[in-house]
Amino acid sequence: MSTSFLDAVFIIATAAVCTFVTRLLPFVLFGGKRGMPKAVKYLAAVLPSAIIAVLVVYCLKGLVPLQWPKGIAELASVAVVIVLHLWKRNTLVSIAGGTILYMVLIRLI
Amino acid sequence: MSLLLRYDGVLLMKKSSLKEVKFAFINSLPVLFGFIFLGIAFGILLQKAGFNYIWAFFTSLTVYAGSLQFVLVSFLSSGTALPVVALTTLFINSRHMFYGLSFIETFKSMGKRYPYMIFSLTDETYSVLCSLKLPDEMDGNRVRFLIALFNQSYWIIGSVLGALIGRLIPFGFDGIEFSMTALFVVILVERWKTDGVRVPAIVGLICGIISLLALGAESFLLPALSAVVAVLLLLRPSIEGGREAER
Repeated sequence: MSTSFLDAVFIIATAAVCTFVTRLLPFVLFGGKRGMPKAVKYLAAVLPSAIIAVLVVYCLKGLVPLQWPKGIAELASVAVVIVLHLWKRNTLVSIAGGTILYMVLIRLI
Repeated sequence: MSLLLRYDGVLLMKKSSLKEVKFAFINSLPVLFGFIFLGIAFGILLQKAGFNYIWAFFTSLTVYAGSLQFVLVSFLSSGTALPVVALTTLFINSRHMFYGLSFIETFKSMGKRYPYMIFSLTDETYSVLCSLKLPDEMDGNRVRFLIALFNQSYWIIGSVLGALIGRLIPFGFDGIEFSMTALFVVILVERWKTDGVRVPAIVGLICGIISLLALGAESFLLPALSAVVAVLLLLRPSIEGGREAER
């Protein structure tokens, strides 16, 4: 550990404060008494689906550039999660099924 | 008699709050696996960089941001200058700006828990809260708070474990991190089936994929989210029209 104790504390504190600031921003901007403008209310309603879709892409970002053959494990497991969930509609079953398959596949491929 | 009634009341309260604890725990389970193992990975890295489990505990307690904490390990070991730390943190976590928008009204009604709910709004907690289907008789605010709290506990436990005994764990858990991907996929499928309007999900997928192809894995997230906001605002007349028609 070459960084001094105090330096390390300051680095962690800086990261903590800045992280909180990013999470606080919408509440500071639109959480006041004046309430939310209509456009923001609309965004609040439609953003979750869109953001979760982006997060799915984010999780699969390793596929680009296509990593052969590891990409197969990822794509196949995602497909299994989707099928399992459409079929059983049980969150834990879908996640466990897909994750176990993925863990097996990356060892086999 | 009144004593008896009061006793009954306490029992009832305990019973209902236990139900909420159980409900919150079940809903946080998908995050449990992912966070414990990602946390362990972080703890191991931090420990290797020369910072023990106490550092792991306080970092996960105060920073609490998955991907950023991995970057933080390298900052800590090289003693990076604070402005760089600040800018990188703001940049990596800027996506969180978009998360709070959907919870302003909800969190404001949570009283003393309000600041913690803002602090703990990670990707995973956000997603679980978005997909929450509360039974009528439950105190939603209590459930949301417990989910946020459980999720952070998993992350802290994982990182401390990793720093303490990480090296003793044989690497048999490679790939467990896929559970996070699976969680997001499940929530997307769920929303796809229940949301009347599917355009936002499609916009998210398209903006995400285009930004990823154009900008590469390292820097696509913020542009993708900004594009999502822009496109959704452009589509507002037609989407809102669609919602009205549905009603």
